[in-house]
Amino acid sequence: MPEWWTYTLSDFLLFSPRTYYRLIERHNAAVWPAPVLTLALGVTIAALLRRPASLGSRAVAGVLAALWAWVGWAFVYRRYATINWAAVYFALLFAAEALLLAGVAMRGEVRFGWRRGAPGLLGAALFGVSLMVYPIFAPALGRGWSRAEIFGVMPDPTAVATLGLLLATEGSSRWPLLVAPVLWCALSGATLWAMGSAEAWIVLVSAGLAIAVSVARGRRSP
Amino acid sequence: MLDRTATRRTVVRALAGGAAATLLRPLSGLAWPAPAPAPLSRPIPSSGEQIPVVGLGTWITFNVGDDPELRDECADVMRAFFRHGGRVIDSSPMYGSSQEVVGHGLGKLGRRHGVFAADKVWIGSGPDGPEQIEESRGRWGVRRFDLLQVHNLLAWEEHRPRLLEMKAAGRVRYVGITTSEGRRHDEVEQIMATRPIDFVQVSYNVLDREVERRILPLARERGIAVLVNRPFRQGSLTRELERRPLPPLAAELGVATWAQLLLKFIISHPAVTCVIPATTKPAHAAENLGAAAGPLPDEAMRGRMALHVERL
Repeated sequence: MPEWWTYTLSDFLLFSPRTYYRLIERHNAAVWPAPVLTLALGVTIAALLRRPASLGSRAVAGVLAALWAWVGWAFVYRRYATINWAAVYFALLFAAEALLLAGVAMRGEVRFGWRRGAPGLLGAALFGVSLMVYPIFAPALGRGWSRAEIFGVMPDPTAVATLGLLLATEGSSRWPLLVAPVLWCALSGATLWAMGSAEAWIVLVSAGLAIAVSVARGRRSP
Repeated sequence: MLDRTATRRTVVRALAGGAAATLLRPLSGLAWPAPAPAPLSRPIPSSGEQIPVVGLGTWITFNVGDDPELRDECADVMRAFFRHGGRVIDSSPMYGSSQEVVGHGLGKLGRRHGVFAADKVWIGSGPDGPEQIEESRGRWGVRRFDLLQVHNLLAWEEHRPRLLEMKAAGRVRYVGITTSEGRRHDEVEQIMATRPIDFVQVSYNVLDREVERRILPLARERGIAVLVNRPFRQGSLTRELERRPLPPLAAELGVATWAQLLLKFIISHPAVTCVIPATTKPAHAAENLGAAAGPLPDEAMRGRMALHVERL
């Protein structure tokens, strides 16, 4: 790109905040009552991981795979792509993560669970934010409940929740699973930042924490 | 007496009520001529065809996807635009769903004929250009584009000859190039100086005036029409200025909002053919067309306007 230094984030923003928030509102209405179901799935994941077990961990990976596939198809590809031509490529990111998680569900090489220590607490906190705090942002910021972003329905809380689960999990086999949520958080964070949306901080901090903790763990590993 | 602190809303109400004077003449004195319905127009140098000096841009504002409510709002903007004499609408395949939304509005309003359809080719591969143009034409729902521009000079060496072939075959009427935010002006100048083009599109406003140095004089010298984008810096300029009172010269120019004053600054440059502000509000579309009426600032007033805004 010539003269790339003259571009700012806002030069890449193709739509207005109003259009984006209405997109969320229309999606929520179209998929209702799916948000209730996906929130219930989130609570089930949290409960399953209280006692790390192979079967529970595989079930969690399977549920996450299904949610990444659905969010990527129903929101990113079918809806977001109507205002952002690049969303077609973003949807591939969701498909890739869904496939990776499906593989984990079948092979069981990643053992999800709430580990002790700072990374575990951090991961649990991010998961909690995505499940319980994220839906409140829209009404708290004056956009109303109809535009609430729900885990398993919208990409941001889904990505943040996945990062939380992966932060709380040990083992190098989870590393490939971090790529798509970190990339999505960076992309979405940049978009939200250009829109002047407060949620930008959540996704950017989540991606930053995931990278920092992973690097720190990698250094400690022999 | 004009209320210098009037908001865009109050002015637009006045415009909607038919209170706007619409005849424009160069400013040699300040007596008002009799009103006339059509906005000021300027000739396209390569043909002499007249087009209104205020058009409609679609960057961001018309990218509303398949949202029926927002699509109808955009159609309302187009309705107000046409009602006040507007003709030139500019879009691009880079603008998301904007082309489809323009097509929706044209169909709803029955205005596929009469609009001056300006679009762009925006693809890195020259051979793929015609296919993209055909897709764009389908989205607009027009028989042919009036103007096709190479968007931000992307693969311009490959696209320009094909666009000229289309022009020779009668499949487009004018050919141009675009840039924005002051990028690649050296290359723009080189193309303007050495290749036959009908239009050049650049960013120009009361604060971003770099094009006055070479590009605008070159356009006059070479007989190239000039479309102006980003007249309000994507709205940031009007948002900032609307908190402040209008300068006294606003009354002399018969404008009552900053938006109209900023547009008058642009269209008063003799090289400018048409400015293409974007908006989501029908009232603002009408207000913008209102700038194509009444007296225009002369060179001395333009200098005062720029100085005033720079000091704010």
